[in-house]
Amino acid sequence: MKGIYLDHNATTPVDPLVLEAMLPFLQESFGNASSIHAFGREAAKGLTTARETVAGILGCTAKEVLFTSGATESDNLALRGVVSANRKKGNHIVISSIEHPAVLNTAQALEKEGVQVTYLPVDSDGLVDPAQVKAAIRPETILVSVMYANNETGVIEPIAAIGRIVREAGVLFHTDAVQAAGKLPLNVDELQCDLMSLSGHKIYGPKGVGVLYVRKGVKLAPMITGGHHEFNKRAGTENVPSIAGFAKALELAEQRRKEDARRIGEMRDALEKRLLELLPQIFITAQGAPRLPNTSHLLLHFIEGEGFLMRLALNHGIAVSTGSACTSGTLGTSHVLDAMGLPKQLANSGVRISLGRGNTMEEMELAATAIAQEARRLRDMSPLYDNYHNGRMAEEDRRQYDVWASK
Amino acid sequence: MYSDKVMDHFTNPRNVGVIENADGIGEEGNPICGDMMTFYIKVEDGRLTQVKYKTFGCGAAIAVSSMISEMALGKTLSEALAISNKSVAEELDGLPPRKLHCSNLGADALHLAIQDYLSRHPQEAASLKMPERSREDVYEERFGRFGHGPAPTEKAD
Ligand SMILES: Cc1ncc(COP(=O)(O)O)c(C=O)c1O
Ligand code: FES
Repeated sequence: MKGIYLDHNATTPVDPLVLEAMLPFLQESFGNASSIHAFGREAAKGLTTARETVAGILGCTAKEVLFTSGATESDNLALRGVVSANRKKGNHIVISSIEHPAVLNTAQALEKEGVQVTYLPVDSDGLVDPAQVKAAIRPETILVSVMYANNETGVIEPIAAIGRIVREAGVLFHTDAVQAAGKLPLNVDELQCDLMSLSGHKIYGPKGVGVLYVRKGVKLAPMITGGHHEFNKRAGTENVPSIAGFAKALELAEQRRKEDARRIGEMRDALEKRLLELLPQIFITAQGAPRLPNTSHLLLHFIEGEGFLMRLALNHGIAVSTGSACTSGTLGTSHVLDAMGLPKQLANSGVRISLGRGNTMEEMELAATAIAQEARRLRDMSPLYDNYHNGRMAEEDRRQYDVWASK
Repeated sequence: MYSDKVMDHFTNPRNVGVIENADGIGEEGNPICGDMMTFYIKVEDGRLTQVKYKTFGCGAAIAVSSMISEMALGKTLSEALAISNKSVAEELDGLPPRKLHCSNLGADALHLAIQDYLSRHPQEAASLKMPERSREDVYEERFGRFGHGPAPTEKAD
């Protein structure tokens, strides 16, 4: 595939070194890690090494690392596993309103099963206020889950501050750190978390593999039952090739973290600066908050995201993503932008650009030019753009475009 | 997911624009995904001699408005009123099920432009049979009794 890939928050290509780490376990060392013969022991060795590598990076013990089929499973296991094992203690959980569907929809499903759920609001930058976390905790609260960094806007939540409050209250704290891995430190003690979800394919590892860190002493009921794999917390023959790939990917992500953040952050800033020069009436989401260095979420006023995304792909081979209502299965706007208080009409113009290791500064210039060009074309055919300028738009609607605008 | 015809009209939308001193303007919005279309028409001797539009919407919505402008151009008012969401979708070699509502938007915006014209030309209106539909009817036809948008999330506390 030629073109410019700017959708790294969706997924990343597998690093060649990761592939190299996986191959032996697909071929010569193919054994079942539970078998006691030499074939099995070799696979088990790979599994142990991978677990130790991950534990080293998270600052925990190997026994606290569970391998899963991806972060969706990790998030499910964290919520359902804790709820199910702690029924005696309470029946109330707290999550932020900007969580990934893996957490949000799981919480909603639990709600239908009788669990009480509090959804924490966020401010206009998408930040959770630790004081509101504290206020939401009740005697029967068993778990708080707040994501480390948001996949749509890249906003970074004050996880350590939230974690301290939650744990002081004697409540378990889970964080979905999928988007933070490779970009922010992952030490579980510094972050004050009891459970943490990670995914392989966001860090140049394979798809279909993830981790759930579970602090020693946390009561967690398995969701997948079967054999005695993963310390009886997640049954199923271990996917050793992917697990070895995950460990290698996380190791590389950690080694390259600071350098990647610097280089990619410079590109992101250059792209945003150029776009602000080229295109009036845009809004950089969450600009007032700490953001992941690779993520830029923009509102391109008067333009609908899906049409824009298609034009950018067709005419320029540039891949980005959008949370526009037209692209979602439910035809609803992004719950993240809703929670930030963005009016629907504006939220439909949301475009996410997420950079990665493979991008170059030249691509930023190309992308900025292409984005500005396609945005102008779509504005030329937008009735909202006309109405904004010819006075047919209601004053209140018109004002929204001026309020949510980056200078 | 889109047919070649949809892609063609999406990449090269025909007749985009506004008509200064239009004889009729129809604006229709979609309360669910927030999209909007505005049609402008010029009428001479009972025929649409110019059809232009502006569209804020997905790829399908853009293709629909472009196709409708082509279908309506040169038609009599009653012929243009007969253009339906179904006939547009057929002309486009089909639309994904999720995108059928975008074709409603286009047909409705065109019909509103014609209605706008007829409201100022009562004689012509009298000689034409207009389908009697209220805005609520149109909404219900399109989205069901209460719309099928995501239900507002129940938030505890
Ligand atoms: C924040 C976040 N959590 C969870 C997931 C789900 O991860 P996976 O694709 O490994 O199931 C993703 C990725 O889509 C994500 O961005
Ligand atoms: S206009 Fe929103 S889905 Fe087509």
